[in-house]
Amino acid sequence: MIKDSVKKALQELFPVPEPVVEEAPPTDAAEGEEAGAKKKAKKEEPRINGVLERDYNACGYHLDVQLDPGELLAAVLILDKADFFIESITGVDWIKEDQLEVVYDFSRFDFDLCRVVIRTRTPRPDPKVPTITKIYTGASWHERETHDFFGIKFEGHPHLVPLLLPEDADFHPLLKDFKP
Amino acid sequence: MSAPIDIQPGETFTLNVGPQHPATHGVLRVKLEMDGEYIVHAETVLGYIHRMHELMGENRTYPQVLPNLSRLDYLGALGYTHGHVLAVERACGIEVPERAEYIRAITVELNRVASHLFWFGAFVMDLGGFTPLMYAIQDREYILDMLERVTGSRLTYCYYRFGGLYNDIDDEFIPAAKAFIPRMRESLKKYDALVTGNIILQKRLKDIGPLSKDICKRYGATGPVARGSGIDYDVRKNEPYSVYPEFDFDIPVYHECDSFARYKVRMDEMEQSLRIIEQGLEKLPDGPIMPKKKPKLIKPPVGDYYQAVETARGNFGIRIVSDGGKNAYRFKLRSPTYSNMHLFDEACEGMLIMDALALMGSLDLVIPEIDR
Amino acid sequence: MSLTVLNAIIAVVIAIGFAALNAAYLVWAERRGAGRIQRRPGPNVNGPFGLLQPLADGCKLMTKQLVIPGGADKALFMVAPVLAMAPAIMSFVTIPFSNVVVAKSMDVGVLMIFAFASLGGMSILFAGWGSRNKYGVMASVRAVSQAISYEVPMLITVITIVMMTGSMNLHDLAVAQSGGFWHWNVIPSLSSPLMPVSFLIFFICSLAETNRAPFDLGEAESELVAGFHTEYGSMGFGLFFMGEYANIVIGASLITILFLGGWGCPFGLFPSVFWFLLKIYILIATFIWIRWTFPRTTIYGLLNLSWKILIPISLFNLLLTAGLLKVF
Repeated sequence: MIKDSVKKALQELFPVPEPVVEEAPPTDAAEGEEAGAKKKAKKEEPRINGVLERDYNACGYHLDVQLDPGELLAAVLILDKADFFIESITGVDWIKEDQLEVVYDFSRFDFDLCRVVIRTRTPRPDPKVPTITKIYTGASWHERETHDFFGIKFEGHPHLVPLLLPEDADFHPLLKDFKP
Repeated sequence: MSAPIDIQPGETFTLNVGPQHPATHGVLRVKLEMDGEYIVHAETVLGYIHRMHELMGENRTYPQVLPNLSRLDYLGALGYTHGHVLAVERACGIEVPERAEYIRAITVELNRVASHLFWFGAFVMDLGGFTPLMYAIQDREYILDMLERVTGSRLTYCYYRFGGLYNDIDDEFIPAAKAFIPRMRESLKKYDALVTGNIILQKRLKDIGPLSKDICKRYGATGPVARGSGIDYDVRKNEPYSVYPEFDFDIPVYHECDSFARYKVRMDEMEQSLRIIEQGLEKLPDGPIMPKKKPKLIKPPVGDYYQAVETARGNFGIRIVSDGGKNAYRFKLRSPTYSNMHLFDEACEGMLIMDALALMGSLDLVIPEIDR
Repeated sequence: MSLTVLNAIIAVVIAIGFAALNAAYLVWAERRGAGRIQRRPGPNVNGPFGLLQPLADGCKLMTKQLVIPGGADKALFMVAPVLAMAPAIMSFVTIPFSNVVVAKSMDVGVLMIFAFASLGGMSILFAGWGSRNKYGVMASVRAVSQAISYEVPMLITVITIVMMTGSMNLHDLAVAQSGGFWHWNVIPSLSSPLMPVSFLIFFICSLAETNRAPFDLGEAESELVAGFHTEYGSMGFGLFFMGEYANIVIGASLITILFLGGWGCPFGLFPSVFWFLLKIYILIATFIWIRWTFPRTTIYGLLNLSWKILIPISLFNLLLTAGLLKVF
């Protein structure tokens, strides 16, 4: 199963609190069935970086990875090696926590179904995430779109100009404090 | 045709294909750096009909957003609304009656045939053949008439509801659909004789516009574009949803990677969709079309939900981030043509303009869906 | 003296009238034909069978404003449409419609027609260059390279026929084929076994010469918007349009005279202008049929076809015929 091998490879990115990472996946996998209620409780405290295995039927994806922007390229490289294709990149504005989340979706072309979601958070006043266009060329438009909507700067992006918004747009409509 | 070898600076010119151009089928603009008839560099400019459906999704309740989804892709609208209802059903845990699922599958497949028919006509028109468009539109008309009977609209449907359907199919729909299948098969044979076998068409498409597996992976190209490049990927098979596992159908895959392969994939897909419709009509169970217990107010629990469906153009993904409220906290639409179009910039470099536009036609673009 | 001048004027007026009438009603025929092929009615509102449609179109085109784009070369821009129409009309002067119906029978009629036909390429070049539009320039470059490559096999084929008949007078060429369809040039004889092939080559070349589908690369609307006449509106466009149809009539007439026995009846009876018109309209119907059936070729496919297939075959045919004429 590609899911397990990818999970193992991704877990190696988080060596610091050994027990937490070990603990998190099995508990979550076990309680996947009634994920809804449990997750609500979990959201109270900020999530610790790591790999979570999600219940596919409830969420629609298998692996949920949260990491620091610095580890992003390493994680994406692992997925690239494992023949994942990029589905989309988007952002979520967590205004209460004063953070912006960038969400990367990856999936596979073969029948070994595995959807991986990578999340990374960046401070809201100065959102910066490294670009992954060097690994996945197709991330370019997705990153430009996310830049349009959230104002997240993808460092190293070759052509970070507005894509869907007008060329001179200086607003970011999907930020929660956006006033049209 | 290979690219010219030495391009001196200042020897090229910029050609704006679009925003209004017959080949772009909408308001898309491609800035081409040309060396004579050869494309040196291409840059696609989007956003001419950007409507910010994602923000609308955050400002409205889930049922209110439903009509928006069919404004994404006006040719295969049912597939997109299907994605939305499936995502919300997944988030809220709503059970869908079997009959509703079957009717959804039948109507989505009819819509897929209609979309492919229109693509077929428009694509051949891109290549300079006008007549097939008229034939294709005539066949498509039967489908639109049928769908109009049950859904109430011809193009931008809002037929599915969370948990089921807006209205049941009636006695006239089933015989009409049953009569349509053999007629469509006859038409497909006619198209084969008129268009597919034509030597001019084959010369224009074969070995033109190669898209390798690698480029599909890097750009996330899906749907017929990926299947024309030898990638056996169809969400209906790879990630089964709704009642698709119950149907016996094949995923046409061609390994030639050229425009002709993509053409053949879509032509074969129409036949496969007809098979699904045939089986669906046969197996169609009786029963309700809406579940007995369904939440009055759609309020998905807190969480992050993702649902992918196979639309006529490829893998359409919808992400709902819910904070437990009536509106979605974040409503992300991953449209297939957005990724499919993206690879055009890279793929068309070094091509002749007419080959590049044939390649663009073979991507099956619907601009509102790219711009959202 | 005055009689000859009057004669010439009448001839030119008749030629213009014939060309304009044909151009107008071929548009109607094309649209009706396209409608028939595409299972739709086509124009059917103005008059019976939509027969007044060309009139309405003409009124519309003539009353529209003639817009000259800024930065365009005014002189070239204005001259080009006229240049598209004028040679077509001039060519009608020497085409014999029957034994007696001919404006001016010339000894070098074939040469004259081809000289004027080459001017058509000039008008496209002027139009594309003069309108200061990138699509226009690209289209005109395409159209000129197309015209050059297709005139070569066309002329080689004509040389073959001229060699067989020994005359460059269109009247003589037609008379040489009189007396039944077995005398026609298209039927292979001992001295010219490859004549059907030549006929095919000439037919393809006249499609390409007149910029008709599947060779309408000069106005490939899915790539180059409208090609060389992108910037033309009103009667400028109307003249290009009429010029195209006038050229079709000339192409069909030439095929008829060179290959299909001119005004001769297929069974050797009653040679008259009726047979000539019948033949050219059958050919024109074929042109229309082809246009609405086939997709467009590519520019390199088109040039390859000419230089790699048509020219070698027609050259071979020329040599073969020359040799066989010597033998028999």
